[in-house]
Amino acid sequence: MSAVLDLAPSTEEGVATALRNAAAPLAVEGSGTTLGMLRPVQASRTLSTRNLTGITLYRPQEMVLSARAGTTLPEIEAALGEHNQILVPEPPDLRALLGTEGAPPPTIGGLVAANLSGPRRITGFALRDTVLGIRFVNGAGEVLRSGGRVHKNVTGLDLCKLLAGSHGTLGVITEVTLKLGPAAPRTATLAVPVEDEAAGIAALSAGLTSPYGVTGAAMLPAGTAAAGLSGPVALLRLEDLEASVNYRMARLQGALPGGRVLEGDESRALWRAIRDAAPLSPGEAEAVWRLSLRPSAAPAAVRALRGAIGARLLLDWGGGLIWAVGPATEAAHEAVVGAARAAGGTFTLFRAPDPLRAAVAVIPPEPPALAAIAARVKAALDPTGRLNPGRMRPGA
Amino acid sequence: MIALPLPKPEVLGRRNEILAGLRALVPGDGVITEPLRLRPYETDGLSAYRQMPLAVVLPTSTEQVAAVLRFCRDNGVRVVPRGAGTSLSGGALPLADAVVVGMMRMNRILEVSFEDRLAVVEAGVTNLGITKAVEGQGFFYAPDPSSQLACMIGGNVMMNSGGAHCLKYGVTANNLLGVKIVTVDGEVLEIGGAHLDAAGYDWLGIITGSEGQLGIVTEVTVRILRAAEGQRAMLAAFRSTEVAGAAVDAIMASGVIPVALEFMDRPCIHACEAFAHAGYPLDAEAMLIIEVEGSAEEQDALLESIRGICARFDPISMRVATSAEESTAIWKGRKGAFGAVGRISPDYLCMDGTIPTGELPHVLRRIGEMSEEYGLGVANVFHAGDGNLHPLIMFDANDPESFRRAEAFGADILRLCVEVGGCLTGEHGVGVEKRDLMPVQFTAPELAQQRRVKSAFDPDWLLNPAKVFPLEGNGALTVAAE
Ligand SMILES: Cc1cc2nc3c(=O)[nH]c(=O)nc-3n(C[C@H](O)[C@H](O)[C@H](O)COP(=O)(O)OP(=O)(O)OC[C@H]3O[C@@H](n4cnc5c(N)ncnc54)[C@H](O)[C@@H]3O)c2cc1C
Ligand SMILES: Cc1cc2nc3c(=O)[nH]c(=O)nc-3n(C[C@H](O)[C@H](O)[C@H](O)COP(=O)(O)OP(=O)(O)OC[C@H]3O[C@@H](n4cnc5c(N)ncnc54)[C@H](O)[C@@H]3O)c2cc1C
Repeated sequence: MSAVLDLAPSTEEGVATALRNAAAPLAVEGSGTTLGMLRPVQASRTLSTRNLTGITLYRPQEMVLSARAGTTLPEIEAALGEHNQILVPEPPDLRALLGTEGAPPPTIGGLVAANLSGPRRITGFALRDTVLGIRFVNGAGEVLRSGGRVHKNVTGLDLCKLLAGSHGTLGVITEVTLKLGPAAPRTATLAVPVEDEAAGIAALSAGLTSPYGVTGAAMLPAGTAAAGLSGPVALLRLEDLEASVNYRMARLQGALPGGRVLEGDESRALWRAIRDAAPLSPGEAEAVWRLSLRPSAAPAAVRALRGAIGARLLLDWGGGLIWAVGPATEAAHEAVVGAARAAGGTFTLFRAPDPLRAAVAVIPPEPPALAAIAARVKAALDPTGRLNPGRMRPGA
Repeated sequence: MIALPLPKPEVLGRRNEILAGLRALVPGDGVITEPLRLRPYETDGLSAYRQMPLAVVLPTSTEQVAAVLRFCRDNGVRVVPRGAGTSLSGGALPLADAVVVGMMRMNRILEVSFEDRLAVVEAGVTNLGITKAVEGQGFFYAPDPSSQLACMIGGNVMMNSGGAHCLKYGVTANNLLGVKIVTVDGEVLEIGGAHLDAAGYDWLGIITGSEGQLGIVTEVTVRILRAAEGQRAMLAAFRSTEVAGAAVDAIMASGVIPVALEFMDRPCIHACEAFAHAGYPLDAEAMLIIEVEGSAEEQDALLESIRGICARFDPISMRVATSAEESTAIWKGRKGAFGAVGRISPDYLCMDGTIPTGELPHVLRRIGEMSEEYGLGVANVFHAGDGNLHPLIMFDANDPESFRRAEAFGADILRLCVEVGGCLTGEHGVGVEKRDLMPVQFTAPELAQQRRVKSAFDPDWLLNPAKVFPLEGNGALTVAAE
């Protein structure tokens, strides 16, 4: 996988030229912070978008921002902070989790290409849902656009969705336009000690089926701790105007007695830790998986994961997201895959030593009919297979 | 006029054989072939265009849909999927050599889970039907197109439909967890499901809004949400569209996102008032309807703050509902807007373009000028928070010249939308209506890229083939000489 030669153009046309001239496959990256996830890329050269920088449009009153792909997340968050706006899906910074602490901060292009969403996903918006427009270069070196800068757009096939989460295998993103949200003036979290995961998920479900607009619903299982809280504890976040949060928190406490309220900065630190899966701190020889499933299936999945691999866990999305840390072995991977399948859910192998990620399916295999369509879609965007070969699946 | 591809003579010539084959797959009265019974299917919500199909098939199961598609693929027969036929862009308009696959008999609710906050329904369940199934427990399905009584969830998925409340809750794409979709080869694919964010390519995302180009959706898993404690509306009337537009910007920038923010211009206010007697201010150039939600105290606080913002823009009048009844009264005119315009003009074209909200005053001014140039009235009502315009162009369908001018006017409005940074359609889709305008928004390589993705799903272009993409440059279709 070691990429020896590095291309880092500073213009979109430079990216297009690089792709048109590429004689062999290229590894695509932003800052490279997620290269430890999914599969190692089979390429000897790297094409990075880290030098395509700069915010190109920001209209706070229209809640839209465009930036070139290499613009870093801290830079974007600083600009948004001046207008009290946020990236609604709360994208994580997983450098600690993935053991890439030393890497430069993540880029907005890498973020969209990885489509990673944090706790606020529960309110309905994944990162890809906030991608209004994309400029990209396909594998043939053509500069193309999809979407635009307006909030509603159903004109033609939505290639933004295809590119978001495609991990650089369908096109090199050169610029993205995102829909923003207002930052809430007030945040507070209700932390309710619970007996076990089943009770915890029931508490989260009670919060999420209340009319109070919960924007975070996570659980620290026994043995995990964050922001001075230790599990098992169910966590429900409210974010809104001062008076609304006061009113709704009182109601939530009425429904879920015995809890403690974390205010402001304490609440924010807690959710940052959950967002970045910080409580898990995996060791060198450990693997990290992420399972997505229906919340009601989570207690059984948790039991299965603990029983089979002694997993350390963190639950988000009302129980619908399980982070699991365990031994980096094929047997453990099979057990996790089995637990995801039994729950009717899906999995991603997030972090593991290279030999393991090269040896196993890091995301669920597609049934043959869909795999055939996937191969044709890949060929439709990257006809000569230049982009990130092997990143998501062997040979794709 | 919009050209349709020439029917395939070999398909028309084998009509009886094809119909017999379909009858064997969908027994009972599930295959419609008599002209009288085909008549209701010859058009959709874009009634200016009509075309009788070869046949209509009404399957009752995913297996039947799969069998029909396999049969059509094997026989080179084109297929037009259809939900309730409320498409305003002609998305469900039949072709002479095509079989229409209608989903109305697949209308069962398969699962409701409040614990997991989702519902699994067949594609022919109506949008409102989902809310009806869960509202007893205080839940609802958020995207609420004005056609929600009739339109079906399968059609919503294919058009990525929105409604007045999508400012806060998003459009169909944001409320979808999974679909069961049958490919042109008759393969049944489960995409997504009762969970969020599967890893791998975002098939759910590319299927949503694909206008029947990629497959037929038979089942849909949607998120259901707990309704807020209550909601209430207010109305604010302004002296000019510029000022009203500035008020919209100020509300959006304040950090309070209302659940709905609707904009009506003078002609629309007058048409609605004459129809609904909602007490709208007839002296205003523009009017906003703003809805907020939460507890009674939260509603008070939010409405007070929005009132404060509007007050800075020298409003002619403001009216804050103090009860659910008063809210309903404020909404009454807006909800009947299409019908109201229908009363003051024999016919109208409902356009659907999107613009950056900052361009609102400029775009409305230009639309007003064009209205004079074309000699046709236009009323504007739209979702202001997200810049989704719905100019209603009034014309007389009995006068072909009037229709021709209405179409040209509509096309000019959409070109204007693209020119100011917007797009051709915000929620009604491209269909046949805006198909030939696609090159206004996309370059030739961009269109070719989209076509290649379509071909990856449907190599022979049998699924709804004359929609969305301009016919020329589309090798699979022969175009009739005009
Ligand atoms: C499991 C998981 C791990 C994450 N890991 C991290 C992390 O380690 N650090 C972190 O800060 N955040 C992480 N996130 C959050 C977020 O997604 C990343 O911050 C962001 O994607 C990394 O940006 P980057 O520039 O480092 O991307 P990279 O790691 O360089 O690239 C991310 C992916 O996108 C592709 N890619 C990069 N740029 C482009 C482009 N312009 N066009 C097309 N494809 C491109 C790459 O091939 C790669 O597959 C993670 C999220 C999850 C769920
Ligand atoms: C009075 C009125 C008000 C409206 N208001 C709104 C509004 O507020 N917001 C909005 O977004 N739209 C609105 N619409 C437009 C229309 O209702 C939507 O586009 C709706 O989603 C169409 O649903 P349908 O079931 O009628 O689909 P159809 O009109 O039957 O079909 C729409 C498209 O989807 C395809 N299709 C349908 N079902 C399937 C399936 N199961 N599998 C594959 N393809 C399928 C068809 O081929 C066609 O391309 C309105 C229409 C009317 C008449």
